[in-house]
Amino acid sequence: MMKTSHGFALAGIAIILLAIAPLIVSDYWTGVLLGMTGYVTLATAWALFSGPTRYISLATVAFFGVGAYTVAVLNEALPYPLVLICAAGIGMVMALVVGLSTLRLAGVYFVIFTFGLAELVRQTVSWWEVNVTYTMGRYVFLPFEGRHIYWQLLALAVVTFLIAWTIGRSRIGLALKALGDDETVAAHAGVDVTRIKLLLFVISSTIITLVGAIQAPRWTYIEPSIVFNPTVSFMTLIMALLGGAMRLWGPLVGAVPLFLLFEWLSVSFPDHFSIILGLLFILIVFVMPNGVLAKIEDLRKRGRA
Amino acid sequence: MNKTLFEAARLTRRQTACALAALAIAVGAHGVAAQDRDKVTIGYAISKSGPNAGGADMTVTPNYELWVQEVNAAGGLTLPDGSQLPIEVIAYDDRSSAEEVVRAVERLATQDEVDIILPPWGTGFNLAVAPLMAKFGYPHLAGAAVTDKASDFVERWDTSFWFMGGSVDYVSAFTDILVAEREAGRINDKIAMISVADGFGIDLVKAARPSFEAAGFDITYDKSFPPETSDFATILNEAANSEADTFVAFTYPPHTFALTKQAKVASYSPPVFYLGVGAGFPVYPGIAGGSVEGVMSLGGIDPDNELNSAYRAKHEEIVGRAPDYWGSVLIYASLQMLEQTIERVGLDKSAIADELSTGTFSTVLGEETRLENNQLRAINWVGQWQDGQFVAVSAEGGGGTVAAELPKPDWE
Amino acid sequence: MLEHVVNGLVLGGTYALVAMGLTIQYGIARIMNLGFGDMIIAACFATYVLSTTLSINPIVSLLIIVPAGYAVSDVIYRVLMKPLVDRAPDDGALEVDSILVTFGLLFVIQGVLLAIFGGGYTSYSFLNTPVNVLGTVVAGNRLLALVLSLLIGGALVVILFRSRWGMILRAVALAPHSAPLFGIDTDRAARTAFAIGGAMAATGGVVVSMFQTFTATAGVVFTMKALIVVILGGKGSVPGAIVAGLLLGLVETFVAAYVDPGLTLAAVYTVFLVLLLVRPNGLFGKA
Repeated sequence: MMKTSHGFALAGIAIILLAIAPLIVSDYWTGVLLGMTGYVTLATAWALFSGPTRYISLATVAFFGVGAYTVAVLNEALPYPLVLICAAGIGMVMALVVGLSTLRLAGVYFVIFTFGLAELVRQTVSWWEVNVTYTMGRYVFLPFEGRHIYWQLLALAVVTFLIAWTIGRSRIGLALKALGDDETVAAHAGVDVTRIKLLLFVISSTIITLVGAIQAPRWTYIEPSIVFNPTVSFMTLIMALLGGAMRLWGPLVGAVPLFLLFEWLSVSFPDHFSIILGLLFILIVFVMPNGVLAKIEDLRKRGRA
Repeated sequence: MNKTLFEAARLTRRQTACALAALAIAVGAHGVAAQDRDKVTIGYAISKSGPNAGGADMTVTPNYELWVQEVNAAGGLTLPDGSQLPIEVIAYDDRSSAEEVVRAVERLATQDEVDIILPPWGTGFNLAVAPLMAKFGYPHLAGAAVTDKASDFVERWDTSFWFMGGSVDYVSAFTDILVAEREAGRINDKIAMISVADGFGIDLVKAARPSFEAAGFDITYDKSFPPETSDFATILNEAANSEADTFVAFTYPPHTFALTKQAKVASYSPPVFYLGVGAGFPVYPGIAGGSVEGVMSLGGIDPDNELNSAYRAKHEEIVGRAPDYWGSVLIYASLQMLEQTIERVGLDKSAIADELSTGTFSTVLGEETRLENNQLRAINWVGQWQDGQFVAVSAEGGGGTVAAELPKPDWE
Repeated sequence: MLEHVVNGLVLGGTYALVAMGLTIQYGIARIMNLGFGDMIIAACFATYVLSTTLSINPIVSLLIIVPAGYAVSDVIYRVLMKPLVDRAPDDGALEVDSILVTFGLLFVIQGVLLAIFGGGYTSYSFLNTPVNVLGTVVAGNRLLALVLSLLIGGALVVILFRSRWGMILRAVALAPHSAPLFGIDTDRAARTAFAIGGAMAATGGVVVSMFQTFTATAGVVFTMKALIVVILGGKGSVPGAIVAGLLLGLVETFVAAYVDPGLTLAAVYTVFLVLLLVRPNGLFGKA
């Protein structure tokens, strides 16, 4: 058994190594680290809510896009830190409204609802830009290079892990375990199910909004079809599920290899990316239905037996 | 908990290390040492899949392939000393994702270390990669990008070059034709206008509103629609009810095709029928199901330009289909300019950029093609289907254009 | 006013036609098929190829493509879905698994289409002839979609509610775990339902290809529209899919005519979200 302090020391070293990496590696690898850190944060934040509640959310890109768009709209009007705070605030309010109105839906209805929400937000933003502000594309000229964005994302990732870790150890964490096992039992045992679900949804969505906001300066030009790209929701989902959404490290274990795999596929098989991706997906479901971590534990148990 | 944490951390590190190693090997196999110089490496990231693939597949990718094949068939790119080097291509799919296109360009610049990077398709994506191209010193020949801010961008990134003009150019050339037609008494002063709620449509409509109004036109119907729209029965109905003689639609190919089909069904044939991207595709008459005489759009070619005719024949022979009548020829001309630049100054990136800015070139557009403030201005702004060809038109004709023939005849 | 009703119903006919197959797959076979739209696109391309290379009339090609859709879906069910159904401990697990597997299927179909046809726009003209309906001129090919959806929908309702075979299918949909106790072969019933859904995706694809421009990657648009219609109508309900499809067509047309064409999709999603909150089981769904 390893002590918590050892774990922290180890994590600390890893973070320092990751933080100095862009000073050593090329811009391309910084870009890869950036994209990877973005998805690790997205997947961890996603699992924060969807793991214990087992609600499969496809609204990731709704919040991600809102974050990016906030930066696009405000980047010339406000100093950058204030822009980020605004983005987080908007994401939080949106999550509260959505959470209050939808968290009683379950199963596939929630899935479809969240996808619909992402589309609705995109259509509304488009319509607003076209008919009210008369602008479609917006420019973000912030003096950030890849590594600046990467450092911000890395910091956000660390915060996200700390939040997930704290929740896992707190009283809420215990309540969540009950919630995941059986919502009715949890409710009878005095757990305020709705409040906890809402709290998690808001925290998770705010982090996702911030990821979008931080990544926005990377593209210079922002329009709804660029930032509300549904692929973001799908990628986040599959990464978290692959690693195992119920575990703290699950999303990370899913996001890192999948991201590198996608990168490798687009480098080596640019013309057959879709087919290989699809086949892999099917394979994952058949071979590792509960995620990589569960599969490893399973194998280890069997090895001991 | 701690145990899993530890195991996971160890596992993750090992996995990452393995994956990184595998990736490095895979990428390394593609990487090309720039020094050995037995070839010129040219890289590009283009949307082979996703929503942008349709546009890229029509206007950009075939021209890249055609040009590379032609150059290599002739022995390769000629350098100033007269020697020739074959082109090797590294092509990625950006999957219509902005993040992907940015990373692909970083990969081409710092990992593959290619000699030249060709641009992606679309205004947004060209702007997304522009800061990187400038940072790594690559000349950026932005082909498929319509923007009114080209001059600002040239100031910001002085190695960027813009080949497709801006919305104001297209709209004001079209307004000139409308004014002449109104003075000739062939159309009234009402315009019905629709646009796709996307970068392209909005940019054009923003330029069109003041241009039409300054010319004394009354825009009686002015709506945008979401890009996913596939049924235009109601919109065309409302446009027809607005009593405008001029119908303008700043659209993408799916809408352009659907609008044409619906206009035929509804027998809606206003004197001026102007559509967006797609009306200049060679397949357009077939998709519309017969004659599209009189339909107007952006672009157009000069049928008397033999260089252009030769290019179209070559494109059909090698790619297997004809190029479109708007962007293709501009993209191809940009590649020809690049080819001649390399012949004059070699592969030094900043020398290439300087020569592109100041040189005069012989391209499919004409014997003396040159850029003004890093922008191509010798563009045909308005085209019209006349006798089965999509020709460049102007109010009076001349200068490589013919006179617009209006009013548009009824659909057959 | 009347013209908007006619236009709305004609547009809605397409939605209904596309959604019926999905509602059967989801309601009876219990497979949430995210690759449904890509099957439609595959049928679009098949029609296009048959029509341009062998000059087979698209309506005649229904005779080839629809049985092919049935057969392909039957195989897909046997190979991909059956193992998932067998191992799933409960309905929730099957739902998640089927979403993930068909998501993979989506990419495979899309990738194959990309490899064969490239990413460009494909479109052709067929039956684009004006037909006068109650004073409103509509396109013949779109009207065909409405007529087909009503005919097929009617036939399905009759089969489901009047035949012994339909009763078996409904029994499997309602109580998949107790149906075997009555000697019902649930596996065969679910496979048949999935294959019928595939055949209907093929039908939808053939008709849609006549008027809509399609690309290899456009499938997800159809999937989403169909999903909305299915959820609105209530999962597994054929009449629900027809009513919800027509309703969406009317909503889009009226918003385009009286509010703003830019808000049609926003309106659709609003209707969808509001209805989901008020009636989570859809118009015709059972709690």
